[in-house]
Amino acid sequence: MSGDRVTKVLLFISSLTILLLSAGIVISLFGGALPAFREFGFRFIISSAWNPTAGSEEYGAMSFIAGTVITSILALIICIPMAFSTSLFIAEYYNGTRTSGILRSLVDLLAGIPSIVYGFWGFYALRPLMVATGLTDQGFGVFTASLVLAIMIVPYATSLSAEIISMVPAELKEAAYSLGATRREVIFSVVIPSARSGIIASFILALGRALGETMAVTMLIGNANVIPKGLFAPGNTMASVIANQFGEASGLKMSALIAIGLLLFLITALVNYLGKLIIKRFA
Amino acid sequence: MKKQIFILMAAMVLLLVSCGGGGSTTGKQKQITLSAAGATFPQPFYNLAFKKYNEAGGPLTNYGGIGSGGGIKSLRDQIVDFAATDAYLSDAELAEMPGEVVHIPTCIGAVVIAYNLPGVTDLQLTPELLEGIFLGNIKKWNDPKILAANPGLAVPDMEITVVYRSDGSGTTYIFSDYMSKVSPAWKAQLGTGKALNWPAGIGAKGNPGVSGTISQSQGSIGYIGYEYAFAQKIPMAKVMNSAGLFIEPTLESFTAAAAAEMPADTRVMLTNSPNPAAYPITSFTWIIMYKELAYGKHSSEAAEAAVKTVKWLTGEEAQAIATSVHYAALPQNASLQAAELLRGITYQGLTVLR
Repeated sequence: MSGDRVTKVLLFISSLTILLLSAGIVISLFGGALPAFREFGFRFIISSAWNPTAGSEEYGAMSFIAGTVITSILALIICIPMAFSTSLFIAEYYNGTRTSGILRSLVDLLAGIPSIVYGFWGFYALRPLMVATGLTDQGFGVFTASLVLAIMIVPYATSLSAEIISMVPAELKEAAYSLGATRREVIFSVVIPSARSGIIASFILALGRALGETMAVTMLIGNANVIPKGLFAPGNTMASVIANQFGEASGLKMSALIAIGLLLFLITALVNYLGKLIIKRFA
Repeated sequence: MKKQIFILMAAMVLLLVSCGGGGSTTGKQKQITLSAAGATFPQPFYNLAFKKYNEAGGPLTNYGGIGSGGGIKSLRDQIVDFAATDAYLSDAELAEMPGEVVHIPTCIGAVVIAYNLPGVTDLQLTPELLEGIFLGNIKKWNDPKILAANPGLAVPDMEITVVYRSDGSGTTYIFSDYMSKVSPAWKAQLGTGKALNWPAGIGAKGNPGVSGTISQSQGSIGYIGYEYAFAQKIPMAKVMNSAGLFIEPTLESFTAAAAAEMPADTRVMLTNSPNPAAYPITSFTWIIMYKELAYGKHSSEAAEAAVKTVKWLTGEEAQAIATSVHYAALPQNASLQAAELLRGITYQGLTVLR
């Protein structure tokens, strides 16, 4: 067999493995979630009840769906201005300079910090600040969690956006300059329009990260299994409740947790799909 | 370029194959290795005790702190030599097991009410106050009901923040078992369980999470294993017991809770003990194992080593280790009963301990 054939076969096997793995995950999630859906039906998705006491067991995913969606969207909103301006700074204004190089490696460094460390920082440094603002009694809640989430996803959005922005062809920019455009005009009428779909993709990627983040959120959100009553009230997210409760779960509760996992999988898939649609429209 | 990719791929495949094969070459040691898993609550005691026993020539026991539920599952699947749990198995759980299971109490743990109140270190709580605070009906530290139980105490005007376990846990089980015994309102609203539908407060993961949150948050109160509050020097409340006395959580007042009569299989909750000297929120923690140890590929050597290890755990030497890491030792009646139960364990019908 020629080297070419072997490479082809190896590549095929690798990609097939990915396909089989994702199919396997979906199938086992479905199988595990079935008892919960059979017991509660569609009500499982829209109910916010979460009562694990034996005899009066009732489970619903709405509190966690709400917590996940609210914290992730809030984190994205906080992240966008930070990541967008940083990426412009790195890739356009100071592209190729030493400042930009240092900043770029700092952003990459942020991406490499484990989430538990962000959680610790949030718990010991950010939370007392939140208490000092007087907006919240103990500093736990949706807003604190979103703030840490935002900081965690900034590096992903930044480095990808910066990559895309620096890929905008120099000829385009030079043409605009030769027509007498100022730097700001070049950025807003040439760089951003041609990098638009890539920038949006980077934020969708960041949102995907925020949806699934577990440890740092668990440490800061307050882990109350209710729909958050406000920005500074405690809540819980899908990933966080699974991580917290699966250890001692069995029977119907285990099935409810797996069903939440399945829903999280579907939400993430939906976000990715929407992202692709948006990219297609703007590209 | 293609060739490079090919070489890279081949190297990866080789690496994967060699990783897979690596495990099978080890082993072949003379030392017997036992595997055990379960509750995290007694884990510091077990880790230390198993290490000491191994140093003294006993078998090596690998203990995985995966939670009581995980321990029970592991025993049911027969993948451990014995398991550990904070809540004894219900009749239904026992019926699901493939064989008869015995419960061996190994030490007594207590759940204490830890709090963080500036300037206050000697809080006293009654069952009514615990109910009011944890159900979210008493919201302020200077509530008249709290002041009535603590005459002369300078309780600040602060909001109460309840901290509970966000993960399923034996600690929650013990606390809610006690509360269900002393408070009809609690029994009706929350009941007893490893995880509850908390009406107020915030959740934190694990005993370390709850104790960390309490020590970092002024005005907070929560329930944690005694050794965690002791280690982190968090103030603990005196709790009124069934005799109407405020009892300080100490190893002696925990052991006192187990001094009463108990059923032959030791499946009993010690909470709300009738003994006037007893701290009311205490519980045995158990090792569970099969009564007949010849199952699957379980060897007679492993069976003997497992029974001996558990016997050693309930003996004087290991009980002293328990005390040194802040678990209360078994009272005499309980250790005698444990020894009796261990004598009943068999391998192919023959008693293991002779």
